[in-house]
Amino acid sequence: MLDDFFTRALLAGLGIAVIAGPLGCFVVWRRMAYFGDTMAHSALLGIALALAFEWATLPAVFLIAALVSLALILLQRRGGLSTDSLLGILSHSTLAIGLVALAFMPWVRVDLLGYLFGDILAVTRADLAAIWGGTAVVGVALVLLWRPLLAGTVNAELASAEGQSPELARAAFMLLLAFVIAIAMKIVGILLITALLIIPAATARRFSASPETMALVAGLVGAMASTGGLYLSLGYDTPSGPSIVVAALILFLLALLPLPKLPRRRATEEQTP
Amino acid sequence: MDSNVISLHNLRYAITYGIATPETDDLKKMTDSVSRRPADPLIDMRGVGVFRSRRWLVRGVDLGIRPGEIVTLIGPNGSGKTTTAKTAVGILKPDAGHVARARDLVVGYVPQKLSVDRSLPLSVARMMTLTARVTARTIEAALDKVGIAHLAKAQVHDLSGGEFQRALLARAMLRRPGLLVLDEPVQGVDFSGEIALYELISELRDSEGCAVLLISHDLHVVMAKTDRVICLNGHVCCEGSPSSVAASPAYRQLFGNRAAEALAVYRHRHDHTHLPDGEISYSDHHDHHDHRLGDGPCDHAHGRPHQADEAGRAGGDDETSDRSMEHNHA
Repeated sequence: MLDDFFTRALLAGLGIAVIAGPLGCFVVWRRMAYFGDTMAHSALLGIALALAFEWATLPAVFLIAALVSLALILLQRRGGLSTDSLLGILSHSTLAIGLVALAFMPWVRVDLLGYLFGDILAVTRADLAAIWGGTAVVGVALVLLWRPLLAGTVNAELASAEGQSPELARAAFMLLLAFVIAIAMKIVGILLITALLIIPAATARRFSASPETMALVAGLVGAMASTGGLYLSLGYDTPSGPSIVVAALILFLLALLPLPKLPRRRATEEQTP
Repeated sequence: MDSNVISLHNLRYAITYGIATPETDDLKKMTDSVSRRPADPLIDMRGVGVFRSRRWLVRGVDLGIRPGEIVTLIGPNGSGKTTTAKTAVGILKPDAGHVARARDLVVGYVPQKLSVDRSLPLSVARMMTLTARVTARTIEAALDKVGIAHLAKAQVHDLSGGEFQRALLARAMLRRPGLLVLDEPVQGVDFSGEIALYELISELRDSEGCAVLLISHDLHVVMAKTDRVICLNGHVCCEGSPSSVAASPAYRQLFGNRAAEALAVYRHRHDHTHLPDGEISYSDHHDHHDHRLGDGPCDHAHGRPHQADEAGRAGGDDETSDRSMEHNHA
């Protein structure tokens, strides 16, 4: 079964989607969309590093993403510039340094487009093992972190006063995010990873009355988007990564449609049960 | 500051510098009163300072909170009320001095600003279990106690200001805290709701027996049930019963006479009148609690030294015991 490249692609997409959904919920709740983008962009620098020193890609990308979060925390402490601006600086400068660094290595031939937009159809068995292994690890960590992370998302001071160490949970969450970005890179590419985190979560919002439901629904929506996108890609011969994001967007737009019982235009607001 | 307090301060220095010996009568009185103390303090802050962004937010703060008492922090914006409370419960680490917390102290915290992002679906019942694992029945009982049991399934975004504050209060009480910290709990609540909320807080104190650390900037409605008011302005300006603080020159200097009059509203509820010679006449028989509210501070307010009349001494001793407890913990 795994001999078929398309089956491998489907399994890889599912593996990423089911973990990107729940993790993406926290990205949405904590308003960290730009942060996710920054981490993803820094991945190119990680790839350059891996190629230059002949390291494995995954640890190099993870290392750079972790360093970027550390840099952000340090710059935030220094004060003066808003997080928004700091992220803008880090995001684009790491991407630019990555591109420049690749240009300095004419001996390596890389498929730049593959890194930027993903190459899910080239997923190997080893990649599949890394994806599902990573998903399992991140999933378990997320379950363990759930309470302090959620308490810290609602209010960090409250969580801290009541003994939940939200700072630790936040740091752990950043590492999980870096890890997921490192393994998801191959599927949708550096430039589109954030979409896989945010769009399913945003789509799930409407159908959820509790954080836990939203996380599960986001995973489900991600799985649908990934599978639908791949069939779209197969049927119309479109690039796979962007097709997955388009499929996610279609689901998001469908969820915006008014429910039959609510003919008015207030579909973006959640329905209280 | 109150004359008793000043004498104790002097005594402390006297002992420190070897001028007085522990045999001093005053100290004996002090230790006598200590033996009456209810329990060790839940929180004991000594000379606490917090230094951020190249300046001291607060400095030299001494603050003790004993089980079951209601302590109110007042002060102008930026006076370090929230900083002090955060340091007390361990959210912030002090850069000077130290904070001792009772072992196994459970804190219930109601933060100043809590806005749940609309992207996060959160029902009232789910919010109750943010930091604690509790049964559905406990949640129901807690919501019932604050009068919003019917809102258990509502989303927090749909609550009114008063309902949300009640939900936060119920949540903080669920863990059966020894200390409930409330940072401006009446924000976004209208005036009648404000009074109801303050009444609820003192009811909870009475039924659950927890201490309450309350932060307030609206001086008009400092809780009637407050045992002690601490007036902050980067440091402790003055402290004592609500009426003593209102009467103190430091408080008047900070807030102006009009504010003092606003606070003094509470005196109308007191059962005593101030005679021209500084003595105090009670409208009914002695009630221990009322002594504390009305007494020592009045001496001070009238600019007199401590009067040796019976009422004055009774009240004075009480003040003394309050202070000595803290000093003895040094």
